[in-house]
Amino acid sequence: MPSEAESRAIEEFRKTPIGHHSGELQVILNELRGLPMDDKHCLVCTKANREWQLAKTTGVRGKPLKMLSKKFTSLEEAEWYVFKLRWKQLRGETLR
Amino acid sequence: MMKITGYADKISAAPGETIKFMVNSEAGKRYRADIVRVICGDENPDGPGYQEKVVKTAANGTYKSRKQVIHAGSFVEIGASDMLDGLESFTMQAFIWPTTPEIGTQAIISKWRDADKAGAALIITKENGSVALCLGNGKGKVQTVHTGKPLIAHEWYFVAATYDAKSKAITLVQEPLHGFETKSDRAVVRRKSTVGKVPNHTMPLTMGAYYKKTDKGRTVCGGHYNGKIDSPRIANRVLSATEMEALKTWPVNTELTNSVIGAWDFSADIKGLKVSDLSANLLHGEIVNLPARAMTGWNWTGEEMNWTNAPGQYGAIHFHDDDIYDAGWEVDFELTIPKGLKSGVYAARLRAGEHEDHIPFAVRAPRGKPTAKVLYLMPSASYQAYANEHMNTDAPVGQLLAGRLVQLDKFNLYLNEHREYGGSCYDSHSDGSGICYSSRMRPILNMRPKHRMWIGATESTLWQFNADTHITDWLEAMNIDYDVISDEDLHYEGLAAIEDYSVVVSSTHPEYHSVEMWDAMDAYQRRGGRLMYLGANGWYWRIQYHSEVPGVIEVRRNEDGIRTWEARTGEYYFSFSGEYGGLWRRNGRAPQKLLGVGFTAQGFDISSYYKRNPDSHKAKVKFIFDGIGRDEKIGDFGLIGNGAAGLELDRADRALGTPPDAYVVASSVEHTDIYLVVCEEMLVSTPGVGGHENELVRADITFHETQNGGAVWSTGSIAWAGSLAHNNYKNNVSRMTKNVLKRFINPKPF
Ligand SMILES: [Fe+2]
Repeated sequence: MPSEAESRAIEEFRKTPIGHHSGELQVILNELRGLPMDDKHCLVCTKANREWQLAKTTGVRGKPLKMLSKKFTSLEEAEWYVFKLRWKQLRGETLR
Repeated sequence: MMKITGYADKISAAPGETIKFMVNSEAGKRYRADIVRVICGDENPDGPGYQEKVVKTAANGTYKSRKQVIHAGSFVEIGASDMLDGLESFTMQAFIWPTTPEIGTQAIISKWRDADKAGAALIITKENGSVALCLGNGKGKVQTVHTGKPLIAHEWYFVAATYDAKSKAITLVQEPLHGFETKSDRAVVRRKSTVGKVPNHTMPLTMGAYYKKTDKGRTVCGGHYNGKIDSPRIANRVLSATEMEALKTWPVNTELTNSVIGAWDFSADIKGLKVSDLSANLLHGEIVNLPARAMTGWNWTGEEMNWTNAPGQYGAIHFHDDDIYDAGWEVDFELTIPKGLKSGVYAARLRAGEHEDHIPFAVRAPRGKPTAKVLYLMPSASYQAYANEHMNTDAPVGQLLAGRLVQLDKFNLYLNEHREYGGSCYDSHSDGSGICYSSRMRPILNMRPKHRMWIGATESTLWQFNADTHITDWLEAMNIDYDVISDEDLHYEGLAAIEDYSVVVSSTHPEYHSVEMWDAMDAYQRRGGRLMYLGANGWYWRIQYHSEVPGVIEVRRNEDGIRTWEARTGEYYFSFSGEYGGLWRRNGRAPQKLLGVGFTAQGFDISSYYKRNPDSHKAKVKFIFDGIGRDEKIGDFGLIGNGAAGLELDRADRALGTPPDAYVVASSVEHTDIYLVVCEEMLVSTPGVGGHENELVRADITFHETQNGGAVWSTGSIAWAGSLAHNNYKNNVSRMTKNVLKRFINPKPF
């Protein structure tokens, strides 16, 4: 379970994934977004400003990205989706 | 994946002049090429929308597809020589500073015919990363004798191989200059060759790679070496240890001289392509694909930082397996700029099925005949510095800087998989060293309309070339006539390229300037010229163009500034010119001197807005705010981060050169903590450098007069142009920009 402070930060992120953040949330984001490039989630734009596909970089020069099937129609949705994946990866906890 | 890519031989041309286009098409039998005027490259449906206009020219038509590839990797090629071709016994020796000894076969000095594996090469072996001699008899027998002691990366070694054609004796020398004695990688190895006669051949002598083949006039090599080579030598017999020692430097005594075939001095001709042979044989050669020159050599003491003062300590060339200067493709079609074609930003649009690429270029006004009062300065030097940037796949900090997930598009995916297209001056080579040269003689796939770059703020997510189309779009929408020139034109023609214009309008991000460009802009302002600086992070890095070959710039990421790599100590001076590189601020010319503002903070998530300052109500600058309310927020909207103040920000600062009579009419507020003060402002690292706390995180809008009725208006923000089109161009950013432009066109003094 996330701590109370973490829960507050998570809720803040869910509302505003991109923009002004509290110090508590920023610390979490620095960890989640600062992951190394191997198997790191990113987006591939598939329709200009309307659709993005989830992918992972490989961290190896020249090696193609791994395209995942998940697609998004908003960046906010993509941010929340990846936030949950990374939280699970780093904390072992499933966020809903 | 893209199946069509191309480049042009020029970045700009005037009517009557010809541009050549080189195309790689793997998309069907034929492709269509059309010349288009680029108006707005932003595909965001919430903005003005993508706009280009096809222009009828003789070049428009369909062309035959053909695959054209890039052979990356630098090397030295020595011209044909009977003396080299007839070599029987030999000694090859050099100093080396390998950076990736572990990655596989890398040739240091090579006289090799790859077709039948004949000849000899001093290499680093794939077996264990140690120095080796490779001999091939051309009949299937290849022998590699190595020292068996892996080289340590980033350390100097003296290495040599001798071969006696009669006795077949081989000697290998691997002599570390480092003092890590317990690493024990010192070796002298003696063996007998087992391959029989090593045949003579006429393939070229190469250094930093081995010769493979010639492809349409281009030498193609394999075994590209990463690292430095210094003082390579070849003798026509087996030299003793004492003789090798003597030959490390030059000159040598007469008897030894008689045995020397070549003694190359990489410290001569540093500015050029030439590689000079000190020996009487004059076996000069050339560098190919621009390996880095003016690199500290094996004997660099650290006492001298400027290679022009001690060239003898700069005898190293740093080779990279991903260096690229000229793709060298064959010409597919040409465009002679039609008489009467309006100056502007254009592109050759290539299409085959769903595949598409654009090759942008500027069409200038007829020479000496401006067709407008306004000149848009297309920042081709900055486009080049960013050319084929790979931070989206290579740099873990990307998502921290952007404050969100990194976005890639088809151009990024292609560049990731085609490393031979070369990187930008923001990227590092495969061996981790910084890329200090960037050429436009190759497809630059992020200098494209429709391109989206991760670092540009949401929603449009544009940067450099495509972000700048928000400016050309606005000029067109406002019905303002303008001519266009490129940075390169300004560099080579100086003041003459701009002096006839009333107003120069900058791009969103004119970051890179040579001293020629800087002086021209300074002289223009002093003679009454007027500059509208619609961006930020401008006039920041010093660059220089090559003096012998076109279309390539040099950047050295010296001791200060936002740097994605760092020049090594002692390597701060341009090889192209001997000038000190780095920031203009570190060259005594902080941007504030020329622009009123200079780089202060950056962040790439969302943008913000400006508030008017008391200065804005003063009589002299009232024209700027004509029709804008006292308390209006300036630019709290836009396609780039939803605000006019964003991405990179510039501020006024008297101490850095802002003229004392400059008006600071507005300043931005409320930036996020992703925005951080630039490192050149931090003598002591301290907390509180984010947008929430630090007052240096702001963009200032300034106005100042120059001599003879000249003036400069600066917006201090890269995001500015992204707000111009908001609400069908009816907004205070557009209004303010137009107020200034109209006033600047009017010759009346202020
Ligand atoms: Fe920049």
